[in-house]
Amino acid sequence: MDENEDTSFQVTRRAMLETATAAAVLTGLPPLARAAGLPDAHTPPAPVRVDLQINGHAQVLTLDPRTTLLDALREHLALTGSKKGCDHGQCGACTVLLDGRRINACLTLAVMHDGQAITTVEGLAGGGSLSPLQAAFVEHDGFQCGYCTSGQLCSATGMLNESRTGMPSYVTEDLTQAHPELTDVEIRERMSGNICRCAAYPNIVAAIRQAAGTPA
Amino acid sequence: MKAFDYQRASSPTHAAAASAKPGARIIAGGTNLLDLMKLQVETPEHLVDINRLPLDKIEETPDGGLRVGAMVRNSDLAADPRVRQHYGVLSRALLAGASAQLRNKATTGGNLLQRTRCYYFYDVTKPCNKREPGSGCSALAGFNRIHAILGASDHCIATHPSDMAVAMRALDATVETVDANGATRDIPIATFHRLPGDTPQIETTLRAGEMITAVTLPPPPPGVQIYRKVRDRASYAFALVSVAAIVDAAGGHIRSARLAFGGLAHKPWRVPAAEQSLADSPANATTFDAASTAVLDRARGYGSNDFKIPLTRRTIHAVLTQATRA
Repeated sequence: MDENEDTSFQVTRRAMLETATAAAVLTGLPPLARAAGLPDAHTPPAPVRVDLQINGHAQVLTLDPRTTLLDALREHLALTGSKKGCDHGQCGACTVLLDGRRINACLTLAVMHDGQAITTVEGLAGGGSLSPLQAAFVEHDGFQCGYCTSGQLCSATGMLNESRTGMPSYVTEDLTQAHPELTDVEIRERMSGNICRCAAYPNIVAAIRQAAGTPA
Repeated sequence: MKAFDYQRASSPTHAAAASAKPGARIIAGGTNLLDLMKLQVETPEHLVDINRLPLDKIEETPDGGLRVGAMVRNSDLAADPRVRQHYGVLSRALLAGASAQLRNKATTGGNLLQRTRCYYFYDVTKPCNKREPGSGCSALAGFNRIHAILGASDHCIATHPSDMAVAMRALDATVETVDANGATRDIPIATFHRLPGDTPQIETTLRAGEMITAVTLPPPPPGVQIYRKVRDRASYAFALVSVAAIVDAAGGHIRSARLAFGGLAHKPWRVPAAEQSLADSPANATTFDAASTAVLDRARGYGSNDFKIPLTRRTIHAVLTQATRA
């Protein structure tokens, strides 16, 4: 654990102890987020403090531990760019970057990411200008209704990072190749976790292909 | 989601101890557990987060193998240069599973422990012996396209959904665990997962309060490594049939072969008789047929999944043809 995590850990622990009743004891484990008494369907668990770095800004939240990262972003921080499609990790509309790596925000709890950095679609553009990938999506009309677009953008941003570090994919013929070429077949396979109901796939692939040729 | 209390484990032993509590679940990547919690298939009262534990290293073992920490993410394991070079079947199997987003989260230990994708296990309004022991199996006479043809029972015909575990089965991996007292155990992957029998709710030989800390791969075996996955779409789908093959052949002659199967049973499946029939044999259709027959000797379809029997036979032929191509 680094110092930041230690700090937030203590704050959380103190906050929890203030609200906890005598029932909450677990020998040998830090009582990071013990609920007040045994949880049941009618008693919401005690809230926990969660510190997140969202798009470069420190955010301190007090959350029901059940809150997914996606709900924390949308319902508690009003960052509604990340979309809730299926809420089961199947559609990719909720894709965000966790410490630079793409994940489904719907299938993780905000409290699990205390102290970590999240980038949402709202954080992709910098200094008032679109990222090369965003600009390519506009240029190639890489969307129709737009509901999946923020997830596509975050996912493709993560995918391009993975590609630059030499990550192979299922369709990479030679796994020992240090930097597999990002062909259209590779782009499609690597983006299979993002569904587009409007089927704008050809234009999405074209946009990503263009951005892949753009220096990071 | 039902209410739970959340705690962050400070050591593997503490995590193991906390997981021994009734109603406790360890959460690693969470990509399967949280999905099931949203549907209330899983309703843990205590969630033990092990994401901060230092179990995320891939280390070389003295005998020339690799030791993979339980918290190594699926994407990191697939991309590791040593895995790509020497354990291609594992890298390929990992990359065949789920999506990139999920692989960035999913862990080595969690992947082994993922639950079946049987529709009725997911549907809490339907009987399921795995979810609610004694309630019955809806898949037996229901929609069972994705279900088992080998090793099933009248209580459960679910399959294990992992690709990674199939490759590890072919590689003869060992699962390392720790318990609340700090005692460690090595479990061969062959005996890690269980067949359903009349207790389909018990899926592994892990004991209460025992946690996976690592998976060890023996030194890479000789031969070509192939992972072939047959599914309903080209990407991001579970296997109908998958084969992890390690075949040592030259000049049209098979010296040795290992075949592990996914999508066919409650656990990654291997048939020693099939591998024996391939050993020291000519690489031809007769040999491949004999091996297929040995694999499918006791196969049984349940209606919608009858197609898996000929599909498995053809997939074995395709894989062995590819593996023995001069």
